[in-house]
Amino acid sequence: MQRRLPLMLVLVTGIFGAVAFFVPHGAVRSVDEVFRNDVQRILAAFSLVLGVGSIVQHHLTKIQRKASFWQYSWITLTALVLTAIVGVFGGIDPNRPGILPTHIGSFSFHIQTIFSNMMVPLAATMFSLLAFFMSSAAYRAFRARNVEATLLLAAAFILMLGAVPLGRAIHAELPSFAEWILAVPNTASKRGILFGVELGIFATSLKIVLGIERGWLGGGGGK
Amino acid sequence: MAFSSIVALLVLSLAPPGDVAASDVPNDEGGKIAVSWTRSPDTTVTSYRVLRQAVGATEWETLGFVGRLASTYTDDAAANDRQFQYRLIAVSPTETAESEPSAPAVATAQWFNTETLPALIGSAILIFVFLYFINRARRDRNLFIRRISGLDHVEEALGRATEMGRPTLYVPGLSSIADVATIASLNILGEVAKRTAKYGTPLIVPNTDPIVYTVAREIVKESYTSVGRPDAFNQDIVFFVTDQQFAYAAAVDGIMTREKPATNFLIGMFYAESLILAETGAATGAIQIAGTDAVAQLPFFITACDYTLIGEELYAASAYLSREPLLLGATKAQDYSKAIIVGLILLGTLLALIANVSTSRFM
Repeated sequence: MQRRLPLMLVLVTGIFGAVAFFVPHGAVRSVDEVFRNDVQRILAAFSLVLGVGSIVQHHLTKIQRKASFWQYSWITLTALVLTAIVGVFGGIDPNRPGILPTHIGSFSFHIQTIFSNMMVPLAATMFSLLAFFMSSAAYRAFRARNVEATLLLAAAFILMLGAVPLGRAIHAELPSFAEWILAVPNTASKRGILFGVELGIFATSLKIVLGIERGWLGGGGGK
Repeated sequence: MAFSSIVALLVLSLAPPGDVAASDVPNDEGGKIAVSWTRSPDTTVTSYRVLRQAVGATEWETLGFVGRLASTYTDDAAANDRQFQYRLIAVSPTETAESEPSAPAVATAQWFNTETLPALIGSAILIFVFLYFINRARRDRNLFIRRISGLDHVEEALGRATEMGRPTLYVPGLSSIADVATIASLNILGEVAKRTAKYGTPLIVPNTDPIVYTVAREIVKESYTSVGRPDAFNQDIVFFVTDQQFAYAAAVDGIMTREKPATNFLIGMFYAESLILAETGAATGAIQIAGTDAVAQLPFFITACDYTLIGEELYAASAYLSREPLLLGATKAQDYSKAIIVGLILLGTLLALIANVSTSRFM
């Protein structure tokens, strides 16, 4: 029963989801929206509690065992507790303060201030690393080690030249050729991959709905 | 009134819009009626006022105004199964002209969207192909599946981690459980976890989605149990990190540089952080197997990882690794379905070419 119930639920909701795609009637659509929005939101709320529990447990274990770099776990747990207190008791809306004061003079430690002045810049810093990683990845990709890498290098070189005035100076048709590479071979290969992806999604969905694929239930494999 | 005045009035009066027609909007859940009309030939018209009246009512209600070039309007507040009539008033700076009312129309909810008929036929054909190959797999358990390089090296990559005594990192992507790529990744995680449990290799599975985390934990736990190593499973293998994209990337990069995993699996749905993760992994010297159906991220993975599962290979992976006959049957069906689609594309191209040639010959 522990396995049969989830399988039956997946079969029913899977078939219903497919039916809802073809049937526009309100009776079907409204139930579909309940599944898609309300049920999913309720599950997400419960799982968030499990997620926070996981973070706390993971870092407490690290601290208890004095695992490598366990000191960082203190920072994580302290930040988690402090932001939770500020968010829960200080209020979410800066114009409607909660029971906890979130300003000391002009110094604000409101949850929105913490998010805008700490989370956003830190995320932007991580994102900006992408520029450096792109350079190193490009260096690796453009070492013409084999035929594929050489083709990649040649295509990239033409595209780069086609995008700058120097390309037109070398040959008047170079920008058009660069555009053709993007519009024809590049789009064709992308669409080829997407065909495979859509079929893969179809196959996986069908396997799960029919109960052939049970990896998501744990233990992997089919029946 | 003098005859000349009457003629002047007739000549100057605004021409109303004509042929006002109303009909139910097809393939919807009801509540909508489409209204169309022929525009007034008068160039001084600036807008049209759309009016509605329920049959039996005495008052006309204004629904709204549309521009002078409009000739259609959709009433999206019509009650189902009730008759409505519509009329238009052409408005110019100096005068107005009212059309004749339309014939009554009724908004109804449909039980089948006829626009999805091709999708229904296509789905029926694909389901037939899948069921055929799944049934065939029940009889012939040695179906041939083309080799997938990235999956052939899973054993080797895990063996390397075991020999080096270093952990294996499995990143199940950054999307939610509603994404089929995430489900495919979790299916692969089950197979990878079975092998790490068998070899005694530490496994690390950081998660960005709380629901994915709970499912991943159960999958890994079941995998450890299924190979007879429930004792090797502990709660710390699978854990939730954060749902913030770059905070997650920072955390995973930290794990890569601190724990130095010998093998990294980056499988699932990835976004802009894909290269940040893959390049950090490459810098630590790990063997990296990536897989995603995000076309924009594939070049990054191909560049920075040792093996990449491209698009559909991600969905074939769990069947390929488990060698489960029924799953292999579905993978075989996937290949044949692709062949059917390629055939249809070629046929369509050929027909389009023939049509083009024959049209140009007779023109």
